[in-house]
Amino acid sequence: MRVWLPYPLLFFGLLTVWLLINQSLSVGQIILGSILSALLVWIMANLKPHKSVLRRTRLFLPLAAHIAVDVFRSNMAVMMVILRAGRRPLNSGFLTMKIELEDENALAMLACILTATPGTAWLEHDRQTKLLTLHVLDLENEQYWIDLITRRYVTPLKEIFG
Amino acid sequence: MSYVTDLPVWAAMIVCLLLLAGSGLTLIGALGLLKLDTFYSRLHAPTLAASGGVLLISLASMICFAVLQSRWIFHEVLIVSFVVLTTPVTLMMLGQSALYRDRFESKNDVPSKPLGEALDPELDKGAGV
Amino acid sequence: MSELLIIWTILVSQILLTLAMGCALYRMVRGPRAQDRILGLDALYIIAMLLLVTFGIRTANTIYFEAALIIALLGFVSSIAFAKFLMRGEVIE
Repeated sequence: MRVWLPYPLLFFGLLTVWLLINQSLSVGQIILGSILSALLVWIMANLKPHKSVLRRTRLFLPLAAHIAVDVFRSNMAVMMVILRAGRRPLNSGFLTMKIELEDENALAMLACILTATPGTAWLEHDRQTKLLTLHVLDLENEQYWIDLITRRYVTPLKEIFG
Repeated sequence: MSYVTDLPVWAAMIVCLLLLAGSGLTLIGALGLLKLDTFYSRLHAPTLAASGGVLLISLASMICFAVLQSRWIFHEVLIVSFVVLTTPVTLMMLGQSALYRDRFESKNDVPSKPLGEALDPELDKGAGV
Repeated sequence: MSELLIIWTILVSQILLTLAMGCALYRMVRGPRAQDRILGLDALYIIAMLLLVTFGIRTANTIYFEAALIIALLGFVSSIAFAKFLMRGEVIE
């Protein structure tokens, strides 16, 4: 199983997407989709992605809830900033902070979370010094943002990825 | 084939509200692209269209076709998941390349590469984040 | 009543999206530097995709949703390629 189908979850995900796009469950589509997804899984295995060990998967759910709330709130905040942009000077700026995450996949997830919430944009991370450069649209108080990111995202990700 | 005009009134109201909110949010994001004054603050604007606008308009379309029952609603699910997953990657790459270019041309308002301790040459091999 | 409401709402939201496209297009044409132009292009394809979805709602035609999906896929790849090009001057390393 491991030799022929290294990523079973990815295989079935791709097959599902193929069937959804074609909106049919006929035998021909299933065979074609299986061949295609087996090929793509084989390519993925050749890329040799880094595998992480997930310690506590049940912590994903509260994290996702936090992200949904934060995306909504920061959408509103950025909307207000844009609507007032002509009248009030903008105090956006760069922020450098230390991130205590080692795992590649955890870092990639943190990058996606920070960029997906409007108001913070991930710019650069140095794996040697563990320093992360961010750009924040409404940078009133640097320590506030550092505490917020550490408390809401870094700590749960650290617990999940061990 | 059933058309959008066959919608009952309550569903039409919900679809209208979602459509207006989504397109308004997208317009505000695009206005931010127009009004904000530095590149790095403009980098935040398309996220508004990509997260809020896409979600609301696709939700309107899903409700519309779920009530009409004319076809499956999976296209919208695919569109939303795809845009939500890919936009951060694009913006991250753009931010990185802008920072690289600004440093290369030594603009004075860009932070220089932060220097710290703990140099470990083994780590540089997998530095793709 | 319901027909009039929804037809006009779709028209209004299409107008709003077109204005948004105009803003993104302005940033793409005028943007002082190359990264501004790519940001404008990125926003432009997302908004074009949303416009196609509204067309799809009005005509109840599946082809618009498929076109939107294809725009989302190709736009992502092109933006990534442009960003890579800005960083190193070559697309494939």
